[in-house]
Amino acid sequence: MLKIAKERLNDLYAKIAQTQGLFLPVKKAGEVNYCVWSEGKEVSLETLKTVKSPKNMFFPQTENMMKFKTEGKNIEVIDVRESFDERKPFVLFGVKACDYKAIEVLDKVFLADPVDTYYQNRRENTTIVTLACSKPEESCFCGVFGIDATAPQGDVTTWLDENYLYWQANTEKGESLTAQVEELFEKGGEEEVAAQQETTKVVLESLPYANLDLSRFQPENLNELFDAPEWEKMSEACLGCGTCTFVCPTCQCFDIRDFKTRDGVIRYRCWDSCMYADFTLMAHGNSRNSQMQRFRQRFMHKLVYYPSQNDGMYSCVGCGRCVNKCPQRLNIVKVIKTLGGKNND
Amino acid sequence: MIEETLIPKVGVITDIRKDTPDVKTFRVVGTDGKKLFQHMPGQCAMVSVPGVGECMFSITSSPTNMDYMEFSIKKCGCVTEVLHAMEVGQQITVRGPYGKNFPVEEDFKGKDLLFIAGGIGLAPLRSVINYVRHYRNNYGKVVIVYGARSKDDLVDIEEIQTEWMNEPNTEVYLTIDRPQDGWDGHVGFVPAYVKELGLDPNMTAVLCGPPIMIKFTLAGLLELGFDKSRVYTTLELRMKCGVGKCDRCNVGDKFVCKDGPVFRMTELDELPDEY
Amino acid sequence: MKEVELKMKERAKALLESGEVARVVGWKKGDFCFDPSPATFETVDELNEFVYDYFCGANLSKYLIQIAKKEGKTAVFLKPCDTYSFNQLVKEHRIDREKIYVIAVECLAKLDIEKIKAAGVSVVTGVEVVDKDVNVSSPYGNVTLYKPDVVLTKCATCNKTHQVKDEEIILHQRPAREVDRFAEVVKLENMTPDERFAFWREQLSKCIRCNACRNVCPACSCVKCVFDNPNSGIAAKANDDKFEEQLFHVIRAFHVSGRCTDCGECSRVCPQNIPLHLLNRKFIKDIDTNYGEYQAGETSEGKTPLTSYTESDIEPNDAVNGEAK
Repeated sequence: MLKIAKERLNDLYAKIAQTQGLFLPVKKAGEVNYCVWSEGKEVSLETLKTVKSPKNMFFPQTENMMKFKTEGKNIEVIDVRESFDERKPFVLFGVKACDYKAIEVLDKVFLADPVDTYYQNRRENTTIVTLACSKPEESCFCGVFGIDATAPQGDVTTWLDENYLYWQANTEKGESLTAQVEELFEKGGEEEVAAQQETTKVVLESLPYANLDLSRFQPENLNELFDAPEWEKMSEACLGCGTCTFVCPTCQCFDIRDFKTRDGVIRYRCWDSCMYADFTLMAHGNSRNSQMQRFRQRFMHKLVYYPSQNDGMYSCVGCGRCVNKCPQRLNIVKVIKTLGGKNND
Repeated sequence: MIEETLIPKVGVITDIRKDTPDVKTFRVVGTDGKKLFQHMPGQCAMVSVPGVGECMFSITSSPTNMDYMEFSIKKCGCVTEVLHAMEVGQQITVRGPYGKNFPVEEDFKGKDLLFIAGGIGLAPLRSVINYVRHYRNNYGKVVIVYGARSKDDLVDIEEIQTEWMNEPNTEVYLTIDRPQDGWDGHVGFVPAYVKELGLDPNMTAVLCGPPIMIKFTLAGLLELGFDKSRVYTTLELRMKCGVGKCDRCNVGDKFVCKDGPVFRMTELDELPDEY
Repeated sequence: MKEVELKMKERAKALLESGEVARVVGWKKGDFCFDPSPATFETVDELNEFVYDYFCGANLSKYLIQIAKKEGKTAVFLKPCDTYSFNQLVKEHRIDREKIYVIAVECLAKLDIEKIKAAGVSVVTGVEVVDKDVNVSSPYGNVTLYKPDVVLTKCATCNKTHQVKDEEIILHQRPAREVDRFAEVVKLENMTPDERFAFWREQLSKCIRCNACRNVCPACSCVKCVFDNPNSGIAAKANDDKFEEQLFHVIRAFHVSGRCTDCGECSRVCPQNIPLHLLNRKFIKDIDTNYGEYQAGETSEGKTPLTSYTESDIEPNDAVNGEAK
């Protein structure tokens, strides 16, 4: 294990940024989100939950995909990736255990056949440096999904305490990044890390959401859960906004739209939300007309449909962003507690 | 550059046929004059008009047609309206094929087949009917029941009358909703007609049309003794990617784009009622 | 606040039992002490979940647009600021006034859990308010915070009093207080155009286009928003750090000007804490300056400055040049 004094972190960022892009939690106008690092940016590794998850590093909120040039009756299709280096390597730094797991959830969608090459290009060229949590809060429930917040995976795992950042490479990519920055580090840290993990685990176990019961969310209960009368009450205050979807690290619905420019038509994709009324709107009608149906879709997808399609893996990682950010305080935990199983008080 | 499924191919419209007041059939080939890609009956393609949008349409032509693809498209939204205003020679974009096809090589082989369509619902069935006609010896008797609002709304009526009706071991029954001058055929709704015809319940049936027609026709077939596991239909929901990633065409844990659009009635029974 | 809650519950119970109303709209308990949700109560049993505390910041008025369409009468608890939104919606014929039974309740300023957490309490297990002290219990150590530091932004400059007269008020009506709600606006006005552009650019670049501000806004009551209408030509879901995208907020502010009651829900719900209310307040301040003081939602009748023309109206150029009458 390696360690670097906290006050030298800026040197570490600068060193990494010399050879590749570096994305990490940065405070801007009062809020912390993943941004590209440059000298002078206010880095905030201590922030437990960035507003947006790092998913937009692989799956940007808006992304140009292709361009069409039309002349008379003819169309030319241009892959916009031709005009820039799509395979530029970058480092994603400070990813929490829940957000790392969320990337695995996204991988199952975007890397499944047929592979989404926009996502794949970025994914393959990223080195992910995770950061263990030491001060989880009451909205955290990653443990419910088998995630250990004190020992996240990733190419490199780091831990942060009052004085040092501790560093451990886990993969070949991680080793190669370590080789680039090793001169800034000294050896040691095993004991401090172990002590921090032990303390944090005690807090994690005592959190109010530590023992949610998910046992009823099984594919064989799909119809029973779908028809549950409780959805009506659970969703009544839902505004139909996209906050939960857009702060969620695993939500991956997207829209594909065309934008006319003077130089041709740009076809881009952007995040979309199943909470929006026009999400499933067709020329001749809408399969989900009420907000209750849309609300139900979102949670059924995370807790039943996705696991049914992906060997039981849930598409919630317990990051608790929706718990903190829903304007009317509806969230997946309230759904789990209502429908998840007998052991939810 | 890696091949990306979301980036479409350019297709050229080589022929436009006006089937009904609001349905046109578009013949499409690649810019090299050849067919854009191979498909199986029931599969779909994403057709787009850059700047307007992209929509999923079933491929109407049979895979056995090696020269071109056809799409029968009803004018009902932004993209279809622009398509209807197009002229021959216009380029569009196409990507696919997407979705699961009718089990023509598996479950349908050797069986007597019943095709029931309403209105534009004939579009996906035309592909499978012509496929069956091409490999006629592989299949038993074929019965086609097709209905529309009026005689002018019957899609592909020329092909039906000149080709399908003359096919051996094939029965074609046409019906329109209300009596009309110049129509001496059957008048009445498809579900009622199906019951009147007293069809053999051992046939494998394929239903395609508006949801209300499917609902009542299915009920009629069950009354006649048809087995749900041998009744097929197709679903249609809003789609953007066509490959199970944009997450909007799901019914329960199935995607219409990937796991459909062809479903067995028994499969649909297991899914939530949200389509 | 417990005392108020008790009275509210009693009222709700009596109204439901007597059959005078078919349902009551209020707030129900969450999992923690700080996360109640708006809710409808149709039976006395359901009232066990009823709560009214320092975290009931949500404005219930907009829900009434849909709820008033249901069979029977609906009782609703409205805080002082919520009554303005309610009046405005009645004025715009969005809510059938006859179908609603308003119970106005005291507010005493609601707390912002994000501000409490930002003050260093990362796990909150209990919150107790004693006058200006907010006592927060936490396994990481208990702390006492100064209430004005941790109230919702919309409450910090609130001087609203109940504006619904024909029903009932639970507990005393707080007299209007002297606050300067335009101080932040003046600060922005005093910036150079470049500084102001930079300020908004940085703030609005955080926008994730979740539409929470629009969906919660009682003045955004269009059946179909122009930004959702595929036929409008400007429908968009993309968030794009370009000025064109930031216009979403500017257009919205224009559209609600003269009708915005300054309820502050837009800023409360913004996941990125963009001070959206300042855009609306700028319009309110300009209306005050150019047309005389006007408070939307003070009544559910009467003319409004931006929808009624008088010969003495300020000329557009004078307004732009800041030459108020």
